[in-house]
Amino acid sequence: MTRYTSATPDDRAEMLAAIGVDSVDELFGQIPEPLRLGRPLALPEGMSEAEVFERLAALAARNADAEEQVCFVGAGMYDHYVPAIVDAITQRSEFLTPYTPYQPEISQGGLQVMFEFQTAMSELTGLPVSNAGLYEGPSSVASAGYLAMAATGRKRFVVSRGLHPHSRETLATYAVGYGAELVEVGLRDGETDAEALTAAVDGETAAVFLQNPNFLGAVERVEALGAAAKEHGALLVVAVDPMTLGILRPPGECGADIALGEGQPLGNRLDFGGPSFGFFCATQDQIRRMPGRIAGETDDVDGRRGFVLAMQTREQHIRREKATHNICTAQALNALGAMVHLAWLGREGFRELGELLVQRTAYARERLAAVEGVEPLHEAPVVREFAVRLDAPVDRVLERCAERGIAAGYPLGREYPEYEDGLLVAITERRTKAQIDDLAEALGAAIAAERGEFPVDMTDKSPQGIS
Amino acid sequence: MAEVETPMQRERATTIYEKSKTGRRAAVLPAAEVPERPLEELIPAELLRSEPPRLPEIAEPEIVRHYNKLSRRNFDLDTGFYPLGSCTMKHNPRLNERVAALPGHARLHPAQDPKRAQGALGLMWLLQESLGEICGLPHVSLQPSAGSHGELAGLLLTRAYHADRGEERSKVLAPDTSHGTNPASVTMAGYEVVKVATNERGGVEMDDLRAKVDGDVACLMLTNPNTLGLFDENIAEIAALIHEVGGTLYYDGANLNAVMGHSRPGDMGFDIVHVNLHKSFSQPHGGGGPGAGPIAVSERIEPFLPRPQVVRREGDNGNGPSFDLDFERPKSIGRLRGFQGNFGVFVRSYAYILSLGADGLAEASETAVLNANYLKARLAEGRAGDRLPIAFDRHCMHEFVLSGKPMKKELGLATLDLAKRLLDFGFHPPTVYFPLLVEEALMIEPTETETKESLDAFADAVEGILAEAEDDPERAKQAPYTTPVRRLDEVKATRRPVVRQQLS
Repeated sequence: MTRYTSATPDDRAEMLAAIGVDSVDELFGQIPEPLRLGRPLALPEGMSEAEVFERLAALAARNADAEEQVCFVGAGMYDHYVPAIVDAITQRSEFLTPYTPYQPEISQGGLQVMFEFQTAMSELTGLPVSNAGLYEGPSSVASAGYLAMAATGRKRFVVSRGLHPHSRETLATYAVGYGAELVEVGLRDGETDAEALTAAVDGETAAVFLQNPNFLGAVERVEALGAAAKEHGALLVVAVDPMTLGILRPPGECGADIALGEGQPLGNRLDFGGPSFGFFCATQDQIRRMPGRIAGETDDVDGRRGFVLAMQTREQHIRREKATHNICTAQALNALGAMVHLAWLGREGFRELGELLVQRTAYARERLAAVEGVEPLHEAPVVREFAVRLDAPVDRVLERCAERGIAAGYPLGREYPEYEDGLLVAITERRTKAQIDDLAEALGAAIAAERGEFPVDMTDKSPQGIS
Repeated sequence: MAEVETPMQRERATTIYEKSKTGRRAAVLPAAEVPERPLEELIPAELLRSEPPRLPEIAEPEIVRHYNKLSRRNFDLDTGFYPLGSCTMKHNPRLNERVAALPGHARLHPAQDPKRAQGALGLMWLLQESLGEICGLPHVSLQPSAGSHGELAGLLLTRAYHADRGEERSKVLAPDTSHGTNPASVTMAGYEVVKVATNERGGVEMDDLRAKVDGDVACLMLTNPNTLGLFDENIAEIAALIHEVGGTLYYDGANLNAVMGHSRPGDMGFDIVHVNLHKSFSQPHGGGGPGAGPIAVSERIEPFLPRPQVVRREGDNGNGPSFDLDFERPKSIGRLRGFQGNFGVFVRSYAYILSLGADGLAEASETAVLNANYLKARLAEGRAGDRLPIAFDRHCMHEFVLSGKPMKKELGLATLDLAKRLLDFGFHPPTVYFPLLVEEALMIEPTETETKESLDAFADAVEGILAEAEDDPERAKQAPYTTPVRRLDEVKATRRPVVRQQLS
């Protein structure tokens, strides 16, 4: 069994003598006898490191990951290439093992990373204030609801159906706590229904929630949609995919009061859904209502430049029940990964990556639309994800593709009954033209087989999906 | 006693943006390979941005140097003693990083069909079972992303539980020693927090509690052992009082490291427990996350757990069991976040539980308690014993709280000064000025993974600083001297916040 303790019998004897007790058990005497467990936990005996490794490797082997299957699944988390320097830097002890930087004199590294990260997110979103990160995307959306309620004194959220279903559900979960209600606005031709949105917003609305690109991949007309929010004094909250912000007009230029989102595409691996991070940016007038840590620049007593956690009076450890949020531990290391990835991409590389996604996605969208039994679900412009309709049961088609080593996409019917035949397909820089061609071929064959048009030999796995 | 010999990097801070030069770059992207069309043909020009964001332009070698240099401006657990109370800064095994990075974990898409994610769902189920056994409660949700998220979940569960019984309650009780996240979570969940006093033994003041318990109390939030490091001996009576009026009892698991394998919150009467995987279960703190805050709950709370829930289904026709995500939970409070939670953290913590096993977890808590009591005894000697008395003089569990009140009065040294001077000797200071009811508080949690030598060295450093202050109190009051920067102007950073780099 593995141990990370080091007290020898001699150490123990000396320590017990110093404490003035005969046994460690005596120290546990403050726990009333009926509450002592009095038996070993019903867990296995400990193991050696090698055995634990083998056990975990065996579990990992029972998952079909993106090395085993070509991954066209997105829906908020994407199979991007994470550059090697991200791993090298985030695995450094000095970043991996400290606590939250409560002692700034010995935490300048982490604090400066936060400051650099805030600058990057502010640049991406076009909003002046960024925090140092929240847990992840959907709970950041819920946190924006809490802020909007405090800022406006209103308790009604108008939410586009193009907002990620997980975000809508998380917002609804939190809203029960702080007593707010949600009004949903549907989609038309893939985009948020502008008329319905305008009709839904009124003087009781705390915030309007949009996502850009929306869950179906469509680039929304954020500025036009947000006009209703402006007119009624509601906040405009826009959830964005950060990887699209090299080319898309930033939310800050479209009237957003808050821009936030899931940070995973930036320097974070899929990890079956986490840990990643959420980012949260806002206009200057919301700075003292922001959730989470914010690093600020200052000087030390010798006039030397330094960084500290700024405006801690917003936070739970100072302000307790009057805090702007309850968050403590967030996702600092994941935000560091994002910062290193963004520095590696750089100003030009970040824009180029956005363009690459648009070009490959346009190709994939056309290529798939040409397949018998595949129709576009909408014609709206897209960046890196698009939706199609299949003329065969989606689950069956996905299963056939999976057997050929392709994770073909995300079935929309899970959360959108109106798109029971819908499939959401995501593209990253890792998805080559050859893989996209394979996907088209596999989808065509699977649909045909489901329609009983011609038999397909499902045991032939040779050419697909591996390149 | 010697100050650290090699000061951490002291050159002036330069941000990566200040190292940027037009035309430099690191990344080379793959070729598009597909026929390219003008961007404006694909996306209307008015939806495109005119200028790319001003990210740094810098080559890879300089990126590496920049962040390596920054890393050397951090103090970290792998380098030195980190006795931060209530934070459980225990060793972070590297094995856990290795297994979390296996492609089967790291490159697994969260929307993968459950039948092709059996290893991941199986691991989550095994972790749920393990945490349930450790907490003494049968049902676990891994979804909350951190302790505070678990607290919010627990309060929303409480609200759902009462609503299901047709009740609406408005108050949540929490002791004056509670973590700041407790009252903050109460407010977010739409309740009003009512403070309960602490008695002379460091536990809940029973008369005050009795006076405040009524049918409007939704929940009592408690940490046990509490933030003074003391086990509340009246817990059974407290639980009975709350349950009599139909409230729930919430256990803040920040201090679970004291009792693993020795006492279980479920057996104490708690209905809902959160577990900080980044404390007791060795997930690295990462400079402020990631963590995870799974919750374990009793039978009556189970129907309301967040969805989806990882479930095990018995196999049929001779097949083994399988694992699935259960969305069909009509009474669920709903989602607390996207997908299934911080899976990478689950991998690390499950590896930790497998490594230590039942006996190892119990031994870890035992040693944590031994180390804390030993350090407490060492600090009860000499100058520390006079100037930094223990706030509540009894055996502690995994942490203890000293008061710097006499030190301040007699030497003019505030707790903050002692903390800053400790930096010069290579120690991370304890948690300071918390809990709030102890004047000039120092909250010390050594954890089980420290050696006796580390504890002795820390006690010697405290003694040395107090001795120094008798002759030269200014030395500590101006400390630190060896760090990349010295005391920083936090007021300026808050009054006129500069929270991003200005770029030209």
